[in-house]
Amino acid sequence: MSNPFHKVPETLSIDVTRSWPGFDLSVAAEVPLEGVTALFGPSGSGKSTLLRIIAGLDRQAQGRVCCGGETWQDGRHLRPAHLRGVGYVFQDARLFPHLTVAGNLAYAAHRARGLSGPTVAEVVAALDLAPLMTRRTAALSGGERQRVAICRALLTAPKVLLMDEPLAALDDARKAEILPYLERLTAVSRVPIVYVSHSVAEVARLAHRIVVLKAGRVALSGSAVDLLSDPEAVALIGRRDAGSILSARMVRQHEDGLSELVTEAGPLFLPRMEARPDDLVRLRIPAHDILLARVRPEGLSALNILAATVLVIKMTEGPGALVQLAIGSERVLARITRRSALALDLKPGVEVYAIIKSVAIARGDVGGATAPRVL
Amino acid sequence: MTLPDLGPVWLTLQLAAVTTLVLMLIGTPIAWWLAFTANRFKPVVEALTALPLVLPPTVLGFYLLVIMSPRSPIGGAFLDVTGTTLTFSFVGLVIASVVYSLPFTVQPLQAAFEALGRGPLEAAATLRAGPFDRFRTVAAPMAARGFLTAGVLTFAHTVGEFGVVLMVGGNIPGKTKVISIAIYEHVETINYADAHSLSAMMLVFSFVVLVMVYTVNRRYPVGGS
Repeated sequence: MSNPFHKVPETLSIDVTRSWPGFDLSVAAEVPLEGVTALFGPSGSGKSTLLRIIAGLDRQAQGRVCCGGETWQDGRHLRPAHLRGVGYVFQDARLFPHLTVAGNLAYAAHRARGLSGPTVAEVVAALDLAPLMTRRTAALSGGERQRVAICRALLTAPKVLLMDEPLAALDDARKAEILPYLERLTAVSRVPIVYVSHSVAEVARLAHRIVVLKAGRVALSGSAVDLLSDPEAVALIGRRDAGSILSARMVRQHEDGLSELVTEAGPLFLPRMEARPDDLVRLRIPAHDILLARVRPEGLSALNILAATVLVIKMTEGPGALVQLAIGSERVLARITRRSALALDLKPGVEVYAIIKSVAIARGDVGGATAPRVL
Repeated sequence: MTLPDLGPVWLTLQLAAVTTLVLMLIGTPIAWWLAFTANRFKPVVEALTALPLVLPPTVLGFYLLVIMSPRSPIGGAFLDVTGTTLTFSFVGLVIASVVYSLPFTVQPLQAAFEALGRGPLEAAATLRAGPFDRFRTVAAPMAARGFLTAGVLTFAHTVGEFGVVLMVGGNIPGKTKVISIAIYEHVETINYADAHSLSAMMLVFSFVVLVMVYTVNRRYPVGGS
């Protein structure tokens, strides 16, 4: 199965059903054990239940769960949670109140002795926990608690890290405090992550792949870049927060305070951002921050105007329309009014210019309110 | 005032200590099961463990006497193995006390385990802790107050029993004559001085125990976080 010459990522393979009166979950999915996979969906869509089934915490589920060649559950056997080797970050942290922060971390590290995982010193440094180590958990803020919980889960040397809306219980300020840690973690950690969320902005910042759940079924799945620029998918995920992800490479800092980046869609100028030349940055362009023009606009203060081709137009409920654009080799989504779409006579194949009002660097963007303006 | 015979005091403390120890071992799994089961027979088991609270001690004592008598299978087997009868013996008293004080162990522990909930145990399971490990390192320390309350109440309640002991154990000095029975005997023989001093000891002891329980409950309020 594992061929040393062709390293195919192992998968977490799920084919389970679970029913209660009034709700049933039936999910079949293959999740590669690498990067971040978001389980996305509205409240009550079954995403947290699915995570509990993967962890072995919900023992009523029927079906199969296999992880990297190990069978965790089939019709006859169910491997209990403590023998699965999953890390789990709960929405409410669930730190042990009778232990200090250091005690909580030692609890995990002690039980993962002999396994190849990160050391306490490594995770403490990565999540800036050193000043908290002697504190009791009751004295921690919500954000601190989640950082400790993430550390603790990593110290179990998990085969897969399951995160159940780790930011949902936090206010925006705390989210902004903890997201950079999550980004660093997802960027450097080799542990595959399954991340449950109902926030498009969070998913856009962190996920490589998205599985969309709706009423206990998989409604869609695919790469984050593809799904977030696909009008059909966005109609399901949530139009309001729609936005495309672009990979960008830092070119140089200009003396007037702007940073020049290059993307597959073309060059972009952004307010000065902390990055060195050739650093790779993940950008997010909110769909409602793209204007479309049939001719190249002149005498406009916008810096970022890119030539584009209309690929798909999807009329949505209400006055809006989602337009998928090809800019260079990237797919980018714009949200305009239906009236404008008719006035501009937009059809697949039409050449337009996309005026990008703002670009969010994948930082400070949760909730979408703080995207830096680029005028 | 002369000091009364302290034999019944030591016997009472021994009985209460052994009973508390036995009940902690028996009551903990029962309380755990009651706190976490979804079994439909849970109310039946709950009612059974609460029965000693409502039954007259004489009723309990009567049935225990019947079960322990040498003519019953259990009492007969005990006689065959040990050569002594179960009734009117210290072992018989311990068994009777265990039954009589069962709710005072099970109910505080069940409440503590229910307050703990599944959350911390699930978290421990995802940190590779097996079932006994989870109990020892998470449930027990987090429910420490429940264990303390259960232990103190069980001990105190055993010290205070009378009816069941009288039915099962009788009044044999050094073997089954506990404080409450000694007091009864002092009153019967109009030895009010000794009845007074023993009763005062019981009163002070019970009061101190209850103050301890309530103080502990106040100082460490429910729920760590």
